[in-house]
Amino acid sequence: MMRRLWHEFTKGIFQENPIFFIVLGLCPTLAVSTSINNAVGMGLAATFVLVCSNVFIAAIRHFIPDKIRIPCYIVVIASFVVIVEMVMKAYAPALNRALGVYVPLIVVNCIILGRAEAFASKNPVLLSLADGLGMGLGFMLALLIISAIREVLGSGKLAGYSVASGFEPALVLSLAPGALLILGLLMGGIKWLKSLRS
Amino acid sequence: MAKILAIVISNLFINNYILFKFMGLCPFLGVSKETKPAFSMGLAVIFVLLLSGLMTWTVYQYVLLPFGIDYMRTVVFILIIAASVQFIEMVILKISPVLYRALGIYLPLITTNCVVLGVTVLNTEDFFAGGSAVTGSFFYSMLQALFAGLGFMFVLLLMSGIRERLELADIPESMDGLPIAFIVASLMSLAFMGFIGIKI
Amino acid sequence: MNNKFIVSSSPHIQKSESVAKIMGTVNAALLPAGIIGVYIFGMSSLWLILVSIAVAVATEALIQKGRHQKITISDGSAFMTGLLLAYNLPPRCPLWVAAIGSFFAIAIAKQAFGGLGRNIFNPALAGRAFLLAAWPQHLTAFSRPFAYDSVTSATPLHLLKEGKARDLADMGLGYWDLFVGNRGGSLGEVCILALVLGGLYLLWRGIIRWQIPVSFIATVGVMTWVFGSKEGFFRGDGLFHVLSGGLVLGAIYMATDYVTSPITKKGQIIFGVGCGALTTVIRLWGGYPEGVCYSILIMNSMVPLIDRFVKKRRYGVAQNA
Repeated sequence: MMRRLWHEFTKGIFQENPIFFIVLGLCPTLAVSTSINNAVGMGLAATFVLVCSNVFIAAIRHFIPDKIRIPCYIVVIASFVVIVEMVMKAYAPALNRALGVYVPLIVVNCIILGRAEAFASKNPVLLSLADGLGMGLGFMLALLIISAIREVLGSGKLAGYSVASGFEPALVLSLAPGALLILGLLMGGIKWLKSLRS
Repeated sequence: MAKILAIVISNLFINNYILFKFMGLCPFLGVSKETKPAFSMGLAVIFVLLLSGLMTWTVYQYVLLPFGIDYMRTVVFILIIAASVQFIEMVILKISPVLYRALGIYLPLITTNCVVLGVTVLNTEDFFAGGSAVTGSFFYSMLQALFAGLGFMFVLLLMSGIRERLELADIPESMDGLPIAFIVASLMSLAFMGFIGIKI
Repeated sequence: MNNKFIVSSSPHIQKSESVAKIMGTVNAALLPAGIIGVYIFGMSSLWLILVSIAVAVATEALIQKGRHQKITISDGSAFMTGLLLAYNLPPRCPLWVAAIGSFFAIAIAKQAFGGLGRNIFNPALAGRAFLLAAWPQHLTAFSRPFAYDSVTSATPLHLLKEGKARDLADMGLGYWDLFVGNRGGSLGEVCILALVLGGLYLLWRGIIRWQIPVSFIATVGVMTWVFGSKEGFFRGDGLFHVLSGGLVLGAIYMATDYVTSPITKKGQIIFGVGCGALTTVIRLWGGYPEGVCYSILIMNSMVPLIDRFVKKRRYGVAQNA
């Protein structure tokens, strides 16, 4: 059992990483990865929603009528997003302003609905918890990697602290084209590494 | 007049939802391999945006705000969007089976298209101030919905044309598929930066 | 490509000599403008050109080597990308900026798409747009003509955009200054005379067609004449707009790039008019003083659709299909 739990937990972080391998949840990934602080905030928020909705849906999975399951999942997810929104507004208003419209958009983050449909609706609570936690951390890891690259190269800082003097940051990387470019290159790089191994 | 033009240009180009806000990237990457489905998808998104823009504005103005429950915005909006999608699907099936065959498979996907929720949420932020609607709020919201949809369709069509051409190209193995699609999107977004700061 | 019997659909492989010949002719036509640029702005511009070309050619060779392909740097296309990029930079732009731009142009905008003939966007312009978004401080620091110092000055289009001058006389310049290149600006864009002579040579040799340059420049001229003045319609200075900025360089040498422009004549006119209209919109109402680079890149992204749309009607299978 422990082994199974461990497996469900780690798969989301590496071999089934939602962003790099399954390519879901791109919208927040690109939009909020301008700085590590935003990335951590978004990662935590999404992980919270993912874990809660996974657990909740797994708990009530036998009571959800099959025909309207998707709307049910969406309502569950949206309710947890509302909780996150309110908590964030109250305790981290600066973060809330920085993430802006992308906080309510967690509802339509395909990772969360995807896990509800693909995993939580078919598995018991504990496994769903491990799955949600793993996927959430995988999402956060990917966000951290992208935002670290963008923050260092695009604004010469890391988590808000200057990294090197005399280095002229490439502003474009903290703008929209840079986000798309970095993600494209990272995906290409991962594909290339994979082809080297096989 | 100036505000109307500002909304039009901003939604079409300067703040294009795909290229600068990254909303609707999933259909942008998934349905952009050929021009025809891209056109249908764009049309479907415009339909859904208009209907759910109308519904969410009405509900926000006459239900959520008066009862002081605007914190429920996210839950209510996503339900409205899901219902609009369902409704449009049924109507199209009744009116035009041909159109249904073209749009049918895309409609369910639109529920989780960030553009729709994004635009409706932004409408409540851009055109409501201090808990009440600004002058012309409804008109501006619908305008934003329409041109956000047109901007989405425009970029989707451009992308589909480009990807049809890339089918023939000898793209490096590891760049083929999604990576090159992101690079194209990045270069398009770089080109569209030329529109920044336009004032007419 | 060691398999000579490979069966493929058209277009079939062209003789590489012909590619090399075309590129050589274009490079030759471009050369006078560069020489005059170096004469106007000093030796630092020469270094800019050399570094830009060297990095472009080296990047192309390295990537082709990495992909185990035939190395085709002798066809002159990477040379041309480096040359054009340098022409689009301020004369005293730091060399490392030019090097990164050159690398981006070849690696991302060209080789990532599979190399020559496959790129969607003009590589040199993509490189320039990247640099302008990355280091705007270096890409907007223009030097004065014949001053050979590091004092920066604004280009005529900058002065106009920032409202520091209302017309040419305000800037202390005449049309003749603009025509021969006696003004601040990018390295290779200033001498209109040399650019036009090179363009006529290319036209005479049949390398380029008139459709794109003429429709592009004419659209800018007419539109800026109609809308260019705040005092009313038809009072703008169209000639000023035609002679300033990178319009002539862009219209003759970059918008006409075979790979990134439409195939049919009708498509080319649509492309040229589109470029001209976008350039005018950005110059008159946009946030940037110059819009040639962006307008060509935006129209590049529309080329597949233009080709498709225009070709369909040519066959005349069904008029209203």
